[in-house]
Amino acid sequence: MRIFGFLGPNGAGKSTTIGVLCTLLRPSAGQVRVAGLDPTVDPDGVRRAIGIIFQDPSLDAQLTALENLAFHARVYHLPGEVWRPRAERLLRIVDLWDRRNDVVKTFSGDMKRRLEIARGLLHQPRVLFLDEPTIGLDPQTREHIWSYLEQLRAETGTTLFLTTHYMDEAERCDRIAIIDHGQIVALDTPDGLKSRVGGDVITLRTRDNARAAALIRERFALDTAHLDGTLRLEVTDGEAFIPRLVAGLDVPIETISLRRPSLDDVFIRLTGRAMRDEEVSGIDRMRAHMRARWRR
Amino acid sequence: MTSRTVAVEHRSPRAPGRVTAALDGIVTLWYRDLLRFFRDRSRIVGSFAQPLLYLFIFGSGLSASMGRLGGAGLSYVQFIFPGIVSMTVLFTAIFSAVSIIWDREFGFLKEILVAPIPRWSLAVGKALGRSTTAMLQGVLMLSFAPLVGVSLAPRLVLALLPLIFLTAFALSSLGLLVAARMRSLEGFQLVMNFLMMPIFFLSGALFPLNNLPGWLTVFTRLDPAAYGVDAIRHVTLPGAGPALGLTLFGHPMTPLTDALVVLAFGALMIALAVRAFQTQE
Repeated sequence: MRIFGFLGPNGAGKSTTIGVLCTLLRPSAGQVRVAGLDPTVDPDGVRRAIGIIFQDPSLDAQLTALENLAFHARVYHLPGEVWRPRAERLLRIVDLWDRRNDVVKTFSGDMKRRLEIARGLLHQPRVLFLDEPTIGLDPQTREHIWSYLEQLRAETGTTLFLTTHYMDEAERCDRIAIIDHGQIVALDTPDGLKSRVGGDVITLRTRDNARAAALIRERFALDTAHLDGTLRLEVTDGEAFIPRLVAGLDVPIETISLRRPSLDDVFIRLTGRAMRDEEVSGIDRMRAHMRARWRR
Repeated sequence: MTSRTVAVEHRSPRAPGRVTAALDGIVTLWYRDLLRFFRDRSRIVGSFAQPLLYLFIFGSGLSASMGRLGGAGLSYVQFIFPGIVSMTVLFTAIFSAVSIIWDREFGFLKEILVAPIPRWSLAVGKALGRSTTAMLQGVLMLSFAPLVGVSLAPRLVLALLPLIFLTAFALSSLGLLVAARMRSLEGFQLVMNFLMMPIFFLSGALFPLNNLPGWLTVFTRLDPAAYGVDAIRHVTLPGAGPALGLTLFGHPMTPLTDALVVLAFGALMIALAVRAFQTQE
C-alpha cells in the first residue's frame, strides 16, 4: 500500500483522526498505532516517523524557503551534512531550488504548498499525512502538485495518508477508508469499493420524481435515491435496462444518463451524501482567499 | 517493483537524547526570532517612536519646571532616560508574545507542535529569543545617552546587558503565559494593554518611587518592572544617589538585589508559561 485515502463528509471525524495520529490530540478511547508506535506512549517517536502537510499553510512567511527547511531540519535533529543535500534534491524536484533564498511571503499558494511538501519529506518520514493538500487550488495547479507527489513517492517510498474531497484524488489511492459519524464504514481498494455498487448507475430527472420512484419500485422492484432533484438507481445491465425503463414509466422523462459507478456513487451509498466537489471547494477557496488577505 | 521499495533507504531521524532534543528546540526557536528581528528593520525603527516621544517631548517638557533631582543634580530628562530604556525593553518584551498568537493564527505553531521537541523547549526558546531582541532594542536606545547629557562608559554598558536581558526575560515570560491561553489577537491585545500600562506607570520609569502615598507605595513594590528599572537606573546614573533609588521595607535596593527579585519573578513566570504550553492541545 502506497497511497491511503481517508474520505468522509464534513464533520465525520477526519480532522480529529488526523489530530490523534499526528500526536496533536489525545484519543478519548481506543488504541492507535502509527508506524508501529503508540502516539500516547511515544509521541516523539511518532513525530519523527511522520511528516504532515496541514490543510492551512504552516510556513514562516518572513523566512526564506531554505530557512524554513533549516528550521525544520533543526527541530527534527538532522545534522547539516544530512539535510542540506536532501533539501537541494527535494527543492529541485518541486522546482523551487532557484527560489530557495526568496522570502516565502512572495510565493504563490502553489509554491507554498510545494515547499511544504518538500519540508514534510525532509526528515524522510515513513508516513506523510496530507490533509486536503490541494484544497483551494485551481485544477491545473492540483494536477501540478500531484505530479510532484507521484515523483516524490517513487523516490522516497513514503506512504501517503491523504484526506480529500476531490474524486480524482481519491481515484489515485491504493486503498480507501470512508468514515462517517466517527466510524469507518468501508475499507477497500477503489475498484473493490466500486464493485459494491450493483453494476451501472442510472441518473434521471422526470417531471414528477416522487411518482417515478414509486413506479420504479412497483414495476422493477428497484430502490431509488433522491439527490439534488434527480433519481439515482443501480442496475446490473444498464444498456439493456434503459429502454425497458423508458417504456415502463408514464411520467415524462427530462434527462437520463448511464455511467459506470464512481467513487462518488460509493460515497453516496455509504454516507447518504455526495462528496460535493464544487460546493466544498467554493467555500474553501473563499477561506483560502480570506487567509491570504490576512496574511502578514 | 518491490525490490525498489526495499532498496530505498528508509530512515527516520535517530532518537536524540532528551537534553539534545530540548536544546535543538530552544536554539532553533531562539535563532528564528533573531532572524526575523533583523529582517524586519522597519519595525526596529518604528519601535523607537514612542520611547523617543516620551524622552524628548515629555521629558524635556517637564525638565524645565522640575528643577534638579537627587544628590547629583540630575535634570528630569536625565532621570527618566534609564526609565525610557526600560520602557523600550518592557513594551518590546511583553508585546513580543504576540508572535505566538500570530504563529497560531497562521499555522506555524502546528509545525512546531508536531516536531519531536519537548513543549517546554518551545516556551523557553521563545522567551529567550524575544528577550534577546528586546535587549538589543534597549541597547540601541542607550545610544541616545549623549543627547540627554548622560555619559555611559563601555564598562557600564556591559554591566547593563545582563540586567536588561533579565528584565526582558521576566516580562517576555509574563507575555508568553498570557499568550499561551489566548486564541485571538484582539483578546491578547486587550489583556496586554490592561497589564502593560499599570506595569509601566508603577515601574518608576517616570518618577521616583519614594515619598509616595502609602497605597501607591504598595502597588509600586508589587510591580516586577520596578526592580528592573531601579537596577538599570543605578548602573546608568551612578550619581543618582539614594533619594531616587527604590527601597523595600526601608532597605535600599542594589542592582544585585533588584536582579534577584526580577530573576525570581522571571523564573516563576517561565515555569507557569511552560506548564500552560504543556497542558494545551
